[in-house]
Amino acid sequence: MTDSRPLMDRPDGDLPPTTAAEAVPQRSRRPAWQTFAVYAVLAFITLSVVAEIADAPALTGSGTWGAALRVGIPIALAGLGGLWAERAGVVNIGLEGMLILGTWFGAYGGVEYGPWWGVALGIAGGAMGGLLHAISTVRFGVDHIVSGVAINLLGAGVARYLNIVTFDDRTGATQSPRIGGSVGQLDVPFLAGGDLFGWRSPSLFGWLDRQDWPIVSDVGAVVYGLTHNITFDVLLGVAMFPLTWWLLWRTAFGLRLRSCGEDPVAAESLGVNVYRLKTIAVVVSGAMAGLGGAILVLFASIYREGQTAGRGFIGLAAMIFGNWRPGGLAMGAGLFGFTDALQLRNEAAVHAMLLFVAVLLAALGTRALVKGKAIPGVVMLVFGAGFLAWWLLTDEYPTQWVPFTPHITTLLVLAFASQRLRMPAADGVVYRRGEGR
Amino acid sequence: MARRILLAVAAPVLAMAIALGVSSLVLIASDNSPLEIYRSMWSFGTQLNSIISMINRAVPYYLAGLAVAIGFKMNLFNIGVEGQYYFAALIAAIVGAAFTLPSVLHVLAILIIAMASGAFLAGIAGVLKATRGVNEVISTIMLNNIVLGGFGAWLLTRARYDDGSGSLQIATKPIAESGRIPNLNGWLEAIGIDVPAGARLTGFLLVAIVVGVIYYLIIWRSRFGFDLRASGMNPWAARSSGVDAKGMVVKAMLLSGGMAGLVGLSSVLVENGRFAGDFQTGIGFTGIAVALVGRNHPVGVALGALLWGFMERSAQRLDLEGVPKEIVVIMQGTIVLSVVVAYEVVRRARAAQQQREVSAQVDDERVADTSVGVPA
Repeated sequence: MTDSRPLMDRPDGDLPPTTAAEAVPQRSRRPAWQTFAVYAVLAFITLSVVAEIADAPALTGSGTWGAALRVGIPIALAGLGGLWAERAGVVNIGLEGMLILGTWFGAYGGVEYGPWWGVALGIAGGAMGGLLHAISTVRFGVDHIVSGVAINLLGAGVARYLNIVTFDDRTGATQSPRIGGSVGQLDVPFLAGGDLFGWRSPSLFGWLDRQDWPIVSDVGAVVYGLTHNITFDVLLGVAMFPLTWWLLWRTAFGLRLRSCGEDPVAAESLGVNVYRLKTIAVVVSGAMAGLGGAILVLFASIYREGQTAGRGFIGLAAMIFGNWRPGGLAMGAGLFGFTDALQLRNEAAVHAMLLFVAVLLAALGTRALVKGKAIPGVVMLVFGAGFLAWWLLTDEYPTQWVPFTPHITTLLVLAFASQRLRMPAADGVVYRRGEGR
Repeated sequence: MARRILLAVAAPVLAMAIALGVSSLVLIASDNSPLEIYRSMWSFGTQLNSIISMINRAVPYYLAGLAVAIGFKMNLFNIGVEGQYYFAALIAAIVGAAFTLPSVLHVLAILIIAMASGAFLAGIAGVLKATRGVNEVISTIMLNNIVLGGFGAWLLTRARYDDGSGSLQIATKPIAESGRIPNLNGWLEAIGIDVPAGARLTGFLLVAIVVGVIYYLIIWRSRFGFDLRASGMNPWAARSSGVDAKGMVVKAMLLSGGMAGLVGLSSVLVENGRFAGDFQTGIGFTGIAVALVGRNHPVGVALGALLWGFMERSAQRLDLEGVPKEIVVIMQGTIVLSVVVAYEVVRRARAAQQQREVSAQVDDERVADTSVGVPA
């Protein structure tokens, strides 16, 4: 059996080994995060070289990466919501509905009381959706997917109804008035030259960005883009990732919560209150989606019907893509955000991505061949050659194809990598206290 | 026995009561009298042209509901009906306009093309699940986004047909008369019903009825259907009795997608004769709700679809009453949730009832045994 561990490190606080794969003694090797770092560096160098060859500076431009963060964070938070629920064993397909609730309540708070109230009410709105899901799945034992579908329906209906009742006479049925004011933004001190107690710190990466050094300046641009002009609501969203990781993987509370997702019967027998933990997890899940919704409306300064555009579902996909881990999930959401941002800013850069994919496939194919996996290796090399030909023979990527490109990527990644994914063992299973297994 | 019957009707009644209760609360909260609103919806919704409109709406909902229900029957969740019916209707409209055949054959050919296209898209998800273990919920969501997020629009612009009218509407070439399905107004008049002006009963109703019967026969009266339901209820038992689990996944997805392929054809073949940019989306998601409300049974799903059609039609009345018609969406969501909660509660009550009956029986037998065993 192969090692079922994900690319990312599995900290010591992780669950006891339940699968045979994990009980096998570890091969001696580098810590996983080092492997990951090596891959990340290689991928970035490739991206930088591709940007140079294909003359598409937007690929590594600070603007693109800054936009990717803002566009990706609602998806990431929806995914994080999914992570909380599914780690406790509750599938939450109602994230889309909770995200919608977050957008409307976020807009309501923003319009009536100011942007920070928007954030607070958005979180509360999402959490209410989560509570409903928790009541129906945990207390009443309703099938998780069924309840989620109903919540998606309800979320859309409630938002539309409330919008008509509240704002129809001002701005019509399907949108809210503009949200005035802003939550404010910051440049990270030293990295992007933010203020520190009134003193303007130097901007290390901004300076790197302005130099014309190969690769290093690109690193500067990307970090500068990610640390410059960050609004505080986005910052709050980003902070949820380390917070979630710490809570779920470093505290007793987190261990108990995750044990409900792996084996609720065993957890109950050890004195864990499974119902309560599952309920908390699903409410937090809704709150995360609600925060994502609030960030979405604050970025657009307005609520529009259909604004979420399936981001709740995409977040769920990003979570699976990321193997039910915050780090992987952030990468998955980053992929969607990055593609969205590219599409918004620069179509030439999208075309250049074909070359990047070609190089990536060539590298993965060669690696598979070296490892003795002939068939996947050859398949990837052939596809790589196909992408190279596509890049060479065309001048642009069809504009209408850009929006769904990340979805094709997700499908392909899942097709090739799903064997390495491991969801919580009791995920989606209705647990009834006292009914045993 | 009486208790059993009571339990059987308890769930739908309970669900309707909860849904009506919640909707009434919402109405009261927004300063309306629920009774008056319901009465107004009822009197408007039961007029003849409302009933025709209700049926026309219900036909695609029904087909979408059945497509979802096939998956549910074996614990597969085809959330991709949405993308499948859009894709299938588009392909069928493009290909169907490219040739002509004698009337009935042309229609049949288009139906088969649509079913094949829907099955193709669903089949991708089925094969990915069977061979690579990819969760079908995620793969069908991705396929939805691919079709509705641009691929469909891209195909439509490729197939754009300029009819010379200068209309800005992007649409495919109209399908020849031989490929259309007429409306059923003639039949209604033949049985003495005066059809109000402007109302047209969709001929696709017949297709929906036939599909409903076929669905019933496949699921409950065929070997395949037995295997399908067995795989859904107890995959381990099914596997050990020789059911090919992976094969079943692919077949069920193909069948579900094929049925989804028919959903959009009422619009293409009866109402418009072509696929236009304003093609109605969202029916796939409605189908999920309708399948849940109808408990995956062909008659139940039909009732669910009709209920949805009725609510949407009669909601048009609400704007005149000064109530946002969107309250209907809240009602629908509440109905779905309360139906599933009610059935779960009743299922548990029934299980407890059975347990009591069995233990009573066991006790009786024990008493009988001991009475025999005691020497006289």
